[in-house]
Amino acid sequence: MLLSQQKPLEEILKSLEGEKNIFILGCNGCAEASGTGGKAQVLEMKGELEKAGKRVTGFTVVDFLCQKALVQSRLRGKAKEVKEADSILAMTCGVGIQAVAAVSSKVTHPACNTIPLGGMRGEWRGSERCRECGDCILDATGGICPLTACSKYLLNGACGGTTKEGKCEVDPEMECGWRLIYERLEKLGKMEKLHQIHEPKDHSKMMPPKGLRLTERWALEQGR
Amino acid sequence: MGLQESLASGKFVVTSEIGPPKGTKIDEMLHDAELLRGRVDGINVTDLQSSVMRLGSLAVCHLLKERGLEPIFQMTCRDRNRLALQSDLLNAYVLGIRNVLALTGDYASLGDHPHAKPVFDLDSVSLIGVIKKLEMGTDMVGNPLNGAPNFFVGAVVNPGGNPVEAQIIKMEKKIRAGASFFQTQAVYDVGAFEKFMKRVAPFKVPVLAGIILLKSAGMARFMNKNVAGVFVPEPLIQKMAKAEDRTKTSIEIAAELIKDLRGMCRGVHIMPIGWESKVPAVLDVAKL
Repeated sequence: MLLSQQKPLEEILKSLEGEKNIFILGCNGCAEASGTGGKAQVLEMKGELEKAGKRVTGFTVVDFLCQKALVQSRLRGKAKEVKEADSILAMTCGVGIQAVAAVSSKVTHPACNTIPLGGMRGEWRGSERCRECGDCILDATGGICPLTACSKYLLNGACGGTTKEGKCEVDPEMECGWRLIYERLEKLGKMEKLHQIHEPKDHSKMMPPKGLRLTERWALEQGR
Repeated sequence: MGLQESLASGKFVVTSEIGPPKGTKIDEMLHDAELLRGRVDGINVTDLQSSVMRLGSLAVCHLLKERGLEPIFQMTCRDRNRLALQSDLLNAYVLGIRNVLALTGDYASLGDHPHAKPVFDLDSVSLIGVIKKLEMGTDMVGNPLNGAPNFFVGAVVNPGGNPVEAQIIKMEKKIRAGASFFQTQAVYDVGAFEKFMKRVAPFKVPVLAGIILLKSAGMARFMNKNVAGVFVPEPLIQKMAKAEDRTKTSIEIAAELIKDLRGMCRGVHIMPIGWESKVPAVLDVAKL
């Protein structure tokens, strides 16, 4: 799940300066869930653009704008409206915007900012997040990831900034991740894990492995 | 006498600290440092304290060293990745700096550049481990060094941490990684500190209790509310609230704390936060 947030209308209109005819693309995936690119927001945007003197040549909402093959086929079905447009306004996350830009010959404008979640969430709603670090240490931390649960992504325990309420001093709304880890390990009777010293992360593992680039799946995604 | 020798001598050790200015005018800061000459065993130089961009710890430590003072180079993991941290350790060594205090560091958003990228490539524990590797003659990945540094490495612990057991576990990890002394977050609750010291006594590592001069009752209440792990008991707040001469009362409170803490730990670390000029008076009243 990628979380997106609509850019201020002013910024969107500025990016459309000098363009009269606009085609709007929405996304029924994460953007719909984020309330930024579903049908309701697309129609709302259509109204705003028309109010600002633009002509909306057409619009469509695709299930997943991040799926290039899908986007391509849906745009083909709207070939006339797309052709008439000076540009496409994509109301979705950064992956979707890039996918649209990759398969369309039109300029693609982003209508949304993608908000960092500090790691990927699962496909289903939940608070657990993964940094895709390539070297999982959840075994040592009671199944709570310090890379995403701790503001400073500390590997060796809490800093001195846990508040009396057990929150993070960086954000009083946020639980101290290491306090959660401590409590989980205590509950599991695995406190000895806290004594383990963890070496600094190998950041090269956070890049997609070279081998992955040789796979069929990767090639398909690249459209080769 | 260096800090390491002071601690080895068995005396009650006093360290204090100075904060570099935001800019290049250093006369006031050097004046503050001069006030501490002959009165303390080491002077911490903060590393962009509170995540505020300012003159750095390394350059100021060097200036202190040149003047025959004993600097403690505070080094946080907030602003430098592992290459820069290792390089600055080598820089510090060739400039004659021997004491390093390894810290994780405040989060970037708490300071005056809230939009900065927080680094935290290493943490306090791994930074201490890296210092030890450099001392063994290699960088942290094992490449040989042409000349190795040698440091006296300190770390910090928060006796008011929540839960305190987690702080103690991390303290033990820091010792295992190579920390030779500790300075603590500000202590006001002597009873709680005594319990903490009993818990960490088996570690047999020198602990310097943190002392922050209370400037007012409001400051005490602010710290109770906003500073993690700091607890000023109500009687001390009342004392400050009723004080006719706040400076005098503040000095008395600090000196009294030092006297109470004397039998419990190896020394104190006084953080004056703007009241550098009052530190000698505190030491006078505490008879140090």
